[in-house]
Amino acid sequence: MRKKTRKVALLGVLTSVALVLSYLEVMLPPISTAVPGIKMGLPNIIIIFVLYKFGLKEAVTVSLIRVFIVALIFGGNIMTLSYSVAGAVLSLALMTIFKKLNLFSIVGVSIIGGISHNLGQILVAIFLFDTIQIGYYMIVLSITGTIAGVVIGIISSVLVKKLEKFVKNF
Amino acid sequence: MSNKRKIKNDIILAVIVIAIAATGLLLLNIFKTEGAVAIVKIDGKETASYPLSVNTEVVIETGDSGKNTLVIEDGKAFVKNATCPDKICEGHSKISYVGETIVCLPHKVVIEIVVYNSDNELDVVI
Repeated sequence: MRKKTRKVALLGVLTSVALVLSYLEVMLPPISTAVPGIKMGLPNIIIIFVLYKFGLKEAVTVSLIRVFIVALIFGGNIMTLSYSVAGAVLSLALMTIFKKLNLFSIVGVSIIGGISHNLGQILVAIFLFDTIQIGYYMIVLSITGTIAGVVIGIISSVLVKKLEKFVKNF
Repeated sequence: MSNKRKIKNDIILAVIVIAIAATGLLLLNIFKTEGAVAIVKIDGKETASYPLSVNTEVVIETGDSGKNTLVIEDGKAFVKNATCPDKICEGHSKISYVGETIVCLPHKVVIEIVVYNSDNELDVVI
């Protein structure tokens, strides 16, 4: 029972770290004004960490709580929320599948996560706007998603290694 | 699978994705053509269209009191002002090629460049 409480507490701390990273990302100047939606995806560091150290159930929980709190804090509506949820769900689903396939290291899984996060949002936009041309953005976004995925993946794998012993106690 | 093999796969994945995307960008650049008309879609429905040959400034009003100011200048379309909080469409570069879009997510507004007006009205075919 005590173990479970400690786990819940740690996941709560990790969720708040993910929230701080989301906030940091909003504060930073946009990487490109020409193509909207290019982001580093800093909160994904935490999501990948939780996925590898705890599991899918925990990662889904942290990810969705983050998305909803971000919408509350930064004034989202149903529209913006649906983009965030689509990106978060699709990237977690594909990251889980590719983690199970055991083909890639954390960096490869993170690349998949970065690209699929963009893909989820673009698909929702195409569906909502009924404009297939929005899909053109995916070409640029898959390049930036890959680069972001590599950076986030390297940070995550360092984190997973360094915190190996620490998490074992939970 | 060994770690070395996995890292090799990571690199292959990154290279393949970037190669495909770069090819796509190249093809888009080769085959891009200047458009003639900017159409405005709100919530997926086309509500207005403006020829790129005429300099105009219009305020697009959406149902929930959202406003986007569309400007057409020197054959290019851009959004000068938006009442949404994220202002992403304001920062978007000017568009003039067929298929290019400016999207305002909060107001569900899409501005898209097409060859002709979809109604084929002769007066706007240039």
